[in-house]
Amino acid sequence: MEHYNMNLTLKVWRQSSKQDSGRFETYPVKNISSEMSFLEMFDVLNEELIRDGKDPIAFDHDCREGICGMCSMVIDGKPHGPWKANTVCQLHMRAYNDGDTIVIEPWRANAFPVLKDLVVDRSSFDRIIQAGGYISVNTGNAVDANALPIEKDKADASFAAAACIGCGACVAACKNSSAMLFLSAKVSHLALLPQGSPERKTRVMNMVAQMDKEGFGGCTNTGACEATCPKEISLSNIARLNQEYLLASLTSE
Amino acid sequence: MLDAKIPSGPLEQKWGNYKGHCKLVNPANKRKIEVIIVGTGLAGASAAASLGELGYKVKAFCFQDSPRRAHSIAAQGGINAAKNYQNDGDSIYRLFYDTIKGGDYRAREGNVHRLAEVSANIIDQCVAQGVPFAREYGGLLSNRSFGGTQVQRTFYAAGQTGQQLLIGAYQALERQVALGNVKMYTRHEMLEIVKIDGKARGIICRNLINGELERHFGHAVLLCSGGYGNVFYLSTNAMGCNTTAIWKSHKAGAYFGNPCFTQIHPTCIPVSGDHQSKLTLMSESLRNDGRIWVPKKQGDNRKPGDIPEDERDYYLERRYPAFGNLVPRDVASRAAKERCDAGYGVGSSKQAVYLDYAVAIERYGKIEAGKQGKENVSAEEIIAMGKDVVKEKYGNLFDMYEKITGENPYEVPMRIYPAVHYTMGGLWVDYELMTTIPGLYCLGEANFSDHGANRLGASALMQGLADGYFVVPYTIGNYLADDIRTASIPTSHPAFEAAENAVKERINTMMSIKGSQTVESLHKRLGKIMWDKCGMARNAEGLKKAIAEIQQLKKEFWSDLKIPGGINEMNPELDKAGRVADFIELGELMCLDALNREESCGGHFREEHQTEEGEALRHDDKFMYVAAWEYKADHEWQLHKEVLEYEEVKPSQRSYK
Repeated sequence: MEHYNMNLTLKVWRQSSKQDSGRFETYPVKNISSEMSFLEMFDVLNEELIRDGKDPIAFDHDCREGICGMCSMVIDGKPHGPWKANTVCQLHMRAYNDGDTIVIEPWRANAFPVLKDLVVDRSSFDRIIQAGGYISVNTGNAVDANALPIEKDKADASFAAAACIGCGACVAACKNSSAMLFLSAKVSHLALLPQGSPERKTRVMNMVAQMDKEGFGGCTNTGACEATCPKEISLSNIARLNQEYLLASLTSE
Repeated sequence: MLDAKIPSGPLEQKWGNYKGHCKLVNPANKRKIEVIIVGTGLAGASAAASLGELGYKVKAFCFQDSPRRAHSIAAQGGINAAKNYQNDGDSIYRLFYDTIKGGDYRAREGNVHRLAEVSANIIDQCVAQGVPFAREYGGLLSNRSFGGTQVQRTFYAAGQTGQQLLIGAYQALERQVALGNVKMYTRHEMLEIVKIDGKARGIICRNLINGELERHFGHAVLLCSGGYGNVFYLSTNAMGCNTTAIWKSHKAGAYFGNPCFTQIHPTCIPVSGDHQSKLTLMSESLRNDGRIWVPKKQGDNRKPGDIPEDERDYYLERRYPAFGNLVPRDVASRAAKERCDAGYGVGSSKQAVYLDYAVAIERYGKIEAGKQGKENVSAEEIIAMGKDVVKEKYGNLFDMYEKITGENPYEVPMRIYPAVHYTMGGLWVDYELMTTIPGLYCLGEANFSDHGANRLGASALMQGLADGYFVVPYTIGNYLADDIRTASIPTSHPAFEAAENAVKERINTMMSIKGSQTVESLHKRLGKIMWDKCGMARNAEGLKKAIAEIQQLKKEFWSDLKIPGGINEMNPELDKAGRVADFIELGELMCLDALNREESCGGHFREEHQTEEGEALRHDDKFMYVAAWEYKADHEWQLHKEVLEYEEVKPSQRSYK
């Protein structure tokens, strides 16, 4: 693959704290290699800002290999940017050409307040898990792992749902700021396994209640979440969630 | 003398005897005892969940925005366990033996045997939590093979095993949060340990959102803060991985064990330029099916596809016929470096070798055609079917490679090169995982204990979870049983005050330098010194030079550092500055340790000590010990030796030929 350098214009959301109202600021960046990752371009820009005595742009990132779920930027209106099934940290600059202007914002949702610049507070996701996103088994209680065979397709489907990285792009992509794809991935992961069966009903009821309490919006089945998800979590999980919820509502005492 | 407190008796009975005789804390007393856990990766999250379940009052801390982000999540290939589900000759002893041998006879027998014993329980526990491991059509668990072993004992979830295990531990942790047994502090970083009457009694940490310093008391403190590979700047670690928690504890009296033992992983995506911020691993599991080669001709610039079969050098298969592409990591890394240094490297930088899937794709394609009962299948169809099989096994890794390099690994061989991946060294701990500070424990990658001079693949996840789920819940009781009369100490105690003031002063000093060099630029320089002189190959001259350069760098850091922003706000540059300050000091100790160890073993390769064939040459007569370093003053350490006694295994020259 041919490498090239480019000059770009970035329009970045700056907000000093939760209380600040925030604004876009424009930064030119020069000599960006097509081999850089998007976040490495931010590193270059931040080094320049620091040298010029300016405040660098705060953004969340950690593993930089697409699995920790920490990075979170809306790029030209798309959470995680233009590539399909991708996180910002894995987006590389060969996606852009010399002279491009790129607009970068934080996740926008009431349940994800901005802490600084592009950094948001996603602790609401942890609280949804606390409401029931687990199997209640204390350490030491387990039987032999092969005592309970699980059909391969079910195990595979459960894994596909469990691949969610909890980044919140689904919420950022949704016009209603709904967390249904995130929640449905966890409900599916556990409902598809026999181990998850005893708590099936309470789990879905409690998790949905917590989601509503956190201020996430409702789902209108648009599918923007699935289209954006870096791990390609399927919309069919939301169908399963609705089914689980209905079943639990109808049969709970 | 360092006492590792290894229980007496035959190796296979030590852990059983220990558990049968250690002291217990009754449930009513557990409710009154507070435990602090720093770090929430596999070791920390599993410990927090397990101790919470037992009834202790747990406070857990992580610098990320959620415990689910810890870098354990990035582990790809799998987790070992001596289940022998494959009936291929595995056993607890075999896993123990492979780990001791893989570690080049620099690990403790007692610890490693315990690790092998509890390995099977880990798999059971994870399956019960709903970890969706790969399964066969009969519904039973699937296994794959990994480097340094000849059995299939690795359990996996595609190339995302660490993610699935961490999510399991994270969910168990969040359940305890919901039950009120664990209080979770995210975006918090530990910056000092608090000692009272010689015992660890708490921590000072900084809230990374508003910059406030906080004091937290605990009857005991568990450090589960991971490895320090980022001392090399470029590594496969996450950007935030750091040594601060263990380094501050080291300076407060905890000995540091084998700091120079670093694992350089053979299969990573090569550096593409100066902008590089981190390196990405391609799972060792890829060596199961992939073949590693370079051209037989030096400086061969042909495309890989244009180089005919008889002009390729499958150097691992050539040098190590018994293990082939599955030799341990240290051996594979050095072999790649040797070829590249000799001028056979590929790609634009010439610092890379090929990892080729063409043969595997064809083989799987033929098997698939056979399964479907198809005859007279065209070569294209076979390759298409083979690609599907490879996609199912390694799809996410291949996708990642393509995103980073822009090349399609289904069509052209991947280019790989070794990179810093894991640190076997860490705080010295005894059999109970306690450091030399009473009440201060260290678990997972942060301690030095189980992997000797080289860790085998799929053993890090095993160790982290073993420590957290099955070891510390027992051993901590043995200490806390004597502490049930100790009431919670108020954080107004002078020791907390002094520790907080020390942190405050350090931060103020860093912020007031107002020099000209950024944290990042200083970190990069440290990384280059470490990689060039304390990396895959080391020698006395280079190490001495490195120490002088690091001391100079430290001076520049404390006189010319530039940090933007303020103290009482979210300030990632300030967070990073504190971590780099500690990396600089640790780097010096690593070089000192590497200089002291005048032998080669595992990942530690001293050029002066090698066999005629270029393999690591140990000196068991002089160096059969753990080097445990005590911090004395700036640039000054005292060496303590824990002599390793091998009762069961007879150390020999490792051979994978």
